[in-house]
Amino acid sequence: MSDPILTLSGVKTNIAQYHILQGVDLSVPRGQVTMLLGRNGVGKTTTLRTIIGHWRAHEGSILFDGEDISRLPTPAIARLGIGFVPEDMGIFADLTVEENMILAAVSGPINSARLDWLFTVFPALKTFWKKDAGTLSGGQKQMLTIARAMIEERRLYLIDEPTKGLAPAIISTMARALRELKDQGASILLVEQNFSVARALGDSANVMDDGRMTWSGEMQELATNADLQERLMGLSLEAHQ
Amino acid sequence: MSAAPDHSPTMAQASLSQRLAPYAPVLLVFALMAFGLIAIPSTSSWLTLTVSGLAMGMMIFIMASGLTLVFGLMDVINFGHGAFVSVGAFVGVSLLLLLENMTGAPSLALNLTAMMVAIIGAMAATALMGWAFEKVIVKPVYGHHLKQILVTMGGLIVVEQLIIVLWGPEEIYITRPEALKGAVTFFGAALEKYRLVAVGIGAVVFLAMRWILRRTKIGLIVRAGVENGEMVEALGYRLRLVFVGVFLAGSALAGLGGVLWGLYQEVITAHMGNQSMILIFIVVIIGGLGSVEGCFIGALLVGLLQNYVAFLEPKVALISNIGLMVAILMWRPMGMIPVVKAK
Repeated sequence: MSDPILTLSGVKTNIAQYHILQGVDLSVPRGQVTMLLGRNGVGKTTTLRTIIGHWRAHEGSILFDGEDISRLPTPAIARLGIGFVPEDMGIFADLTVEENMILAAVSGPINSARLDWLFTVFPALKTFWKKDAGTLSGGQKQMLTIARAMIEERRLYLIDEPTKGLAPAIISTMARALRELKDQGASILLVEQNFSVARALGDSANVMDDGRMTWSGEMQELATNADLQERLMGLSLEAHQ
Repeated sequence: MSAAPDHSPTMAQASLSQRLAPYAPVLLVFALMAFGLIAIPSTSSWLTLTVSGLAMGMMIFIMASGLTLVFGLMDVINFGHGAFVSVGAFVGVSLLLLLENMTGAPSLALNLTAMMVAIIGAMAATALMGWAFEKVIVKPVYGHHLKQILVTMGGLIVVEQLIIVLWGPEEIYITRPEALKGAVTFFGAALEKYRLVAVGIGAVVFLAMRWILRRTKIGLIVRAGVENGEMVEALGYRLRLVFVGVFLAGSALAGLGGVLWGLYQEVITAHMGNQSMILIFIVVIIGGLGSVEGCFIGALLVGLLQNYVAFLEPKVALISNIGLMVAILMWRPMGMIPVVKAK
């Protein structure tokens, strides 16, 4: 395994009186796609939100390239080169697609070569460039939120359920986009409920339950072991084929 | 290279009412003016009242615009906003009194210079006060609406008392600069010069705000922050700094509004900001929380309606704005152009 770009050690996060994360240990290798899997409500989204600083870790450390970011404010964490795609997409509905993208280019004007590349990955964005983002369909919004994270090169992408509720054709577009990102050498921590997508993209996998990591290993191992899936996530491989 | 599947949606032509819906608030202003034209027997009276209503609306807009942005951006209910109106009026009027020989001279250039000095002084003072107000009073109560109401209301009372300590408890009467006294006649209607100037200043402030919000990156950040502040921070922008900047700008605008309002009324009191808060809140609510455009349209509606109704049926004028608010909220419960979504 290559050296980790992100390491969580014993991270505990409370939301009000609820102890959501109860000591999460996680390692994201550099240049790989790391899957974060598990049933609904086990703490996957909270893990991503804790990394980006939306929720504060009460205990434990979050090392990004060796630097503890667990006490940094969200903007400072993002500016270290972490792109975040939230589960609810976080689209600015009253802004146009263009304005959403301009805003996402934090370090300056949009790089036209990178934008052209994104237009080839998501042609719909070009079609609706001047439209309010709120008028887009669910799939187009998801394309926008992924493209927004990709408009500048980041060192790590935190992506929360990018295929949730999407039609199969759009899911394959998303998967291809993420694969291209992976081929460029990006490090990605991906929360995904769609096991087929997870199996296709993931290099390594981490399975959560009840606010803790219950299994970590190679995605290949999890993908080929139906008993393991059944035990960890209540899944059977056949159900996802 | 793989591409997303090609989408070729068929789109039906929207009905006329659907296409007009986004413009309905603007059309409402013209509809109200048309109503005034029909209801008021004399065209010259209508013109006088319309200019008066627009001037009043512009001044309310200037005072209210900062409040709506502050609420939209950081979910802060600032009942102390009126303090900036009062302080702006007192600082501005004090400067005008100091520059009496300029304001009393029959020279438009000297009069406007004195006005500019008063406006800049008032805006600088209220911006500075806004910075302190945010740091000391607002910052500790982020996310707690009830505490915000109580503590900002307390801040308003403290500032009012400080004004009384510094300037005394009496009302201060002020006469407008020489060149802004009197009226010009236009199509038989007497239009007060000062009101025309107020309309001009209000229009410039609105266009400048709109340009900043629509055409600059800082404007994009503010608009996006009003919609989803958490996501703006996740992109790497320090929303807190932006908020402080907006709070300062909003305070400075309230100060400008205070100077204009003081000269409009030709008398200032320590409580004038507190009294204007009712109108300011009505405008912010009917405009739609967080919306500068909504605030502008709401202010014009309030100004026009108050003037028309005061002319037609003076006793009803007292409740006309509340009635307008009720009607607008029954039509659009989130205000005319809501930006902040229900939380």
